[in-house]
Amino acid sequence: MSATLLGQSILSGIFAGSLYALIGLGMSLSWRYLRVINLAHFAFVFFAAYLTYEFAGVRGVNPFVVALALVPLFFLLGVLQQVLILRFSINEFSSIIVTYGLAIVAEAVIQLIWSADFVRYENRAMHGNLALGTLLFPVADLVMAGIAIGLCFAVWAALHFTWLGKALRAGLDNPQIAASFGVPNQRLLLLVAGSAGALAAVGGFFVAVLYTLAPSQIFSWLGVVFAAVLLGGLGNPIGLVAASLLIGISEAITMAVTAPSWAPVVPFTILILLLVLWPERV
Amino acid sequence: MSISMSSQNIVPARASATRFVVPALLIAATVFFVMLPAFKPPPFFESLLYLLFFWIALATSWTILSGFTGYFSFGHGAFYGVGMYTTANLAGTLSIWWCLPIAALLAALLGVAIGAVVFRVRRLRGELFALLTLALTIVLATIILNTPIDGGPGKYLLGVQLPVIYENSATTIYLMGALVAMGSLAIARWVQYSRLGRGLFAISDDEDVAEVLGVPTYRYKLLAFAISSGIAGVAGAVQAVFVSYVTVSETFSGTIALYVILMSVIGGARHWLGPAIGATFVTLLNFTFVSGDSALAARIVIGLALILATLFLPEGVVGLFRKRRLAHVQPALEAAPAAPPVPPVTLRGAGVAVAPQLERKVILRGEGISLAFRGVQALDRVDFEIREGEILGLVGPNGSGKSTLINVMSGFYKPDGGRLLLDGENIARAPAHHIAQLGIARTFQIPRPFPRLTVLENVMVAAMFGGASMRQTMSIVKAREMLAFVGLAERAQALPSQLNLHQRKFLELARVLASDARIVMLDEVLAGLTPAEITSAIAMVRRIHGGTRTIVFVEHNMRAVIELTDRLIVLNQGRLIAEGAPREVMDDPAVVRAYLGAPDAEG
Repeated sequence: MSATLLGQSILSGIFAGSLYALIGLGMSLSWRYLRVINLAHFAFVFFAAYLTYEFAGVRGVNPFVVALALVPLFFLLGVLQQVLILRFSINEFSSIIVTYGLAIVAEAVIQLIWSADFVRYENRAMHGNLALGTLLFPVADLVMAGIAIGLCFAVWAALHFTWLGKALRAGLDNPQIAASFGVPNQRLLLLVAGSAGALAAVGGFFVAVLYTLAPSQIFSWLGVVFAAVLLGGLGNPIGLVAASLLIGISEAITMAVTAPSWAPVVPFTILILLLVLWPERV
Repeated sequence: MSISMSSQNIVPARASATRFVVPALLIAATVFFVMLPAFKPPPFFESLLYLLFFWIALATSWTILSGFTGYFSFGHGAFYGVGMYTTANLAGTLSIWWCLPIAALLAALLGVAIGAVVFRVRRLRGELFALLTLALTIVLATIILNTPIDGGPGKYLLGVQLPVIYENSATTIYLMGALVAMGSLAIARWVQYSRLGRGLFAISDDEDVAEVLGVPTYRYKLLAFAISSGIAGVAGAVQAVFVSYVTVSETFSGTIALYVILMSVIGGARHWLGPAIGATFVTLLNFTFVSGDSALAARIVIGLALILATLFLPEGVVGLFRKRRLAHVQPALEAAPAAPPVPPVTLRGAGVAVAPQLERKVILRGEGISLAFRGVQALDRVDFEIREGEILGLVGPNGSGKSTLINVMSGFYKPDGGRLLLDGENIARAPAHHIAQLGIARTFQIPRPFPRLTVLENVMVAAMFGGASMRQTMSIVKAREMLAFVGLAERAQALPSQLNLHQRKFLELARVLASDARIVMLDEVLAGLTPAEITSAIAMVRRIHGGTRTIVFVEHNMRAVIELTDRLIVLNQGRLIAEGAPREVMDDPAVVRAYLGAPDAEG
C-alpha cells in the first residue's frame, strides 16, 4: 500500500470517527447522567438531517440559519422526551425498548413525509477539497471534524470546570445529598437531555451534508456508535473522541487492506472484547 | 384457550384438568393445521398462516431465553441466520430433513458458545448482554458475507427438492412451518413449568439469590440459550426454503431481532403463550396494511404498542389476565392479620440444656479464611468451627466481617486464601449452588424474595434446588408446610411486595427451612423489627433449631444473642478475637475494647 493511500485512509478514518463522536456524544451523556440508553437519538439525528435537507436543500434557506434553528428545536425535543421518561420512571433497561418504539414511529413518520427513497442534500457552501501535498481534505468533513472534536472538548470542560458540571456529577453520585446542598437535580437532568437533543441536531445537520439519506439508514451507525460510547467510557467526551478515532481509523485501514465489507469486524470485535474482559467499565 | 390457561399459571400446582387440556389443545391445533390443506383453502391463506407460524416460532424461541431469564438478546437474527444459511448451503446436496436438524444443532452450538463466554462475566448486566448479542450478530454477518458461506451476492435455493405431501411443494413449507410453530409452543410451555423454567424465572428475578438457593444458574442459562437458538435455527432453515433467496443484509438486519422482542413484549415475555399472541397481533397488522401509507400507519401502531406495553403492561397482554386474578385474590389477603401469630413456644432460659460442647461433631471448619476487597482486609486468616446441632453466635461491630464470612460460607464470595471443610470436603471454591445443594442455606439481612414469584413459589424454588432437591410436586407440599410453620400459609398466593418487613423475614426463614439445610445461617434476622416482633422471631429461631439443626446466628441484638446461642465467635476488623460460651466471651476485655474502643493509654 502506498503512503498516499494509507494517508488518505487514515484521514477518512479520522473523519468517520469524528462523526461517530459527534453522534455518540449525546448518547454517552444521556446514558451516563440520565441512565437512558437512547435509541431514539439516532432517529433524532435523522429527523434533523431530513429537516436540513428539506429547508436548506429543497427550499433554499441558508444552511447556517437552518442549523441555528435546529439546535433549540431539538433541545426542546430532548427535554420533552426526558420529561416523559421521568414521568413514567422508566428504568435503564426499559429505556432501550421504549426509545426503540419511538425510533420505529419516527422512521415511519420520516418515510411518510419524505418517502423511502434516497435523497441527497447538495451543499454548495462547504463544497470542494483542500489539497495538502498528495492528500485531499474535503471541506465539509474538515468542518464537521473540527466541530465534533471541539464540542467534545467543550462538553468535557463544562463537566469539569463549571458549577453546572460539578453539580451534575455530584447529583449522579448521591441525588439526596446533592439536593441538600442546593443542586436542582431535575432541572440539570432536563438540561442534559436538551443538550443531547441539541447535539443530535448538530449531528443530523452534518449527516445531511455528508451522506445520502434514507429512512432505512437510521440504525446504520447504531453498532459503531455504541462501540465508541462504551469504549470511550460513559459520559467521558475525551475518551469518546479517542475511541471514535481509533474505531474510524482501524475501520478505514481494514477497508484499504482487505475489502470494505470487512470493516464492521474491527469495531465490534473491540466492543465484544471490551464487554467480556472489562465489564465494570460501563 | 388463552384466557382460561393464562390465568392458571400463577398457581404452581396446576389443576390436573388444565394439565391435560393445554397439551390436548396444542395437539388438536397441530392436527387442524396439518389437515387444513385438504380442504383447499385459498393460497394466500396458506402463506399468511405460514408467516404467522414463522413469527410465532421465532418469537417463542426468543422468549425461552430472553423472556424467561430476563437477558434480552438483540441478536436473535444470528441464530435464525445460521439456520437460513445452513439450508442455503446444504439443501442442494442434502435432503431438507437433514438440513433442519443440522440447522438446529449449528444454531444451538453457536448459542452455547456465545453463552459460555458472556455468562462467565460475573453480574453481566442486561444492557451489556443486549449489546453483546447485537455486536456478535454484526460480526457473524460480516464473516458470512465475506466467506463462501454467502460470498456477497446472496444465495439462491433453486435445486431444493421438497417432498410433495398435498398437491404442491409450497404446502409442504406451510406444513413444516405449522409443525415448527406448534413444536416451539409445546417446548416453551414445557420449559415454563419444568424445573428448568422455575430456575429461569428465579434467575430473572434475582440471579444471585437463585444461585444461593441452589439453582445452577450458569448451566440453566446455557441450556435455555441452546433451546432458544436451536428453535430459531430450525425456523430459519424453513424460512430459507420459503423465501428461496437468502442475503446477508436481509437475514441479519436488525429488524428480525427487534421484531421478536416487540412481539414478545407486547404479548408477554414471561409466559409461553405471550409471544404467540404478540406475533399474531403484529403479523396480522402488517398483513392487513400492506401497501404504502397504511403500511406506515401499521408501523406507527406497532411502535406505539411497544411503548405502551412497556409502560403499562410489563407482563404483556398475558399479564392482563394474571393481574385480574391477583386483584381478585388481594382483598382476601388484606383482610388477613398483618402479622402472623406468635408461634406457641415455651422459651427456655439461656444456658439451660446446652449440650456439652466438646462432644459435638464439627461439621464445618474454616481454616485461615482471608478475603480482601481493593486492599481492605475484610477477613484476615479466620479459623473457626461449626459443630453439629449448635446455635453459634457470630458477632462483632459493624464492618467487622460477619456478613463477609456468611457470604464466603454460602459461596457468594470466594476467599483469597484458606480452606472451608464441610465433612472434610473443601468447598471454599465451590460454586454457590453446589454449596446450597450440600445443605448450607442462608437468609439475607435485607430480605431478597423473588419479587415476581408468589410467596409459595419463592419457597418452592428453595425446596426444589436446595439440599432437599425435591421434585416439583413434592416441593409444593413442602413449601406449604413451611409457610404454615412460619405463619404465612394464608399469604401463599401473595406477591412479596404485599408482605411487611416482618413477614418478608419469615419468608426468608421458610425458604431456608424448605431447603432442608443442615446448616442455616441467619444474617441479622432481627434488624428492623419491633420489640414484639423480635420476641416472636426469637421463638421462631428456636423452633427452627428444634434442638438438632445447626444455626449460625449473626446479630447485633445482645439480648437475643445471649438468650439463643450456645457458643459465640467474635470478629473485629476481619480477625477472630474471641470464641467460647456467650457470657464469658462478652466479658472478654478484647471484645469490650472492640465494641467500646480502647481505654486511654494511661487508663
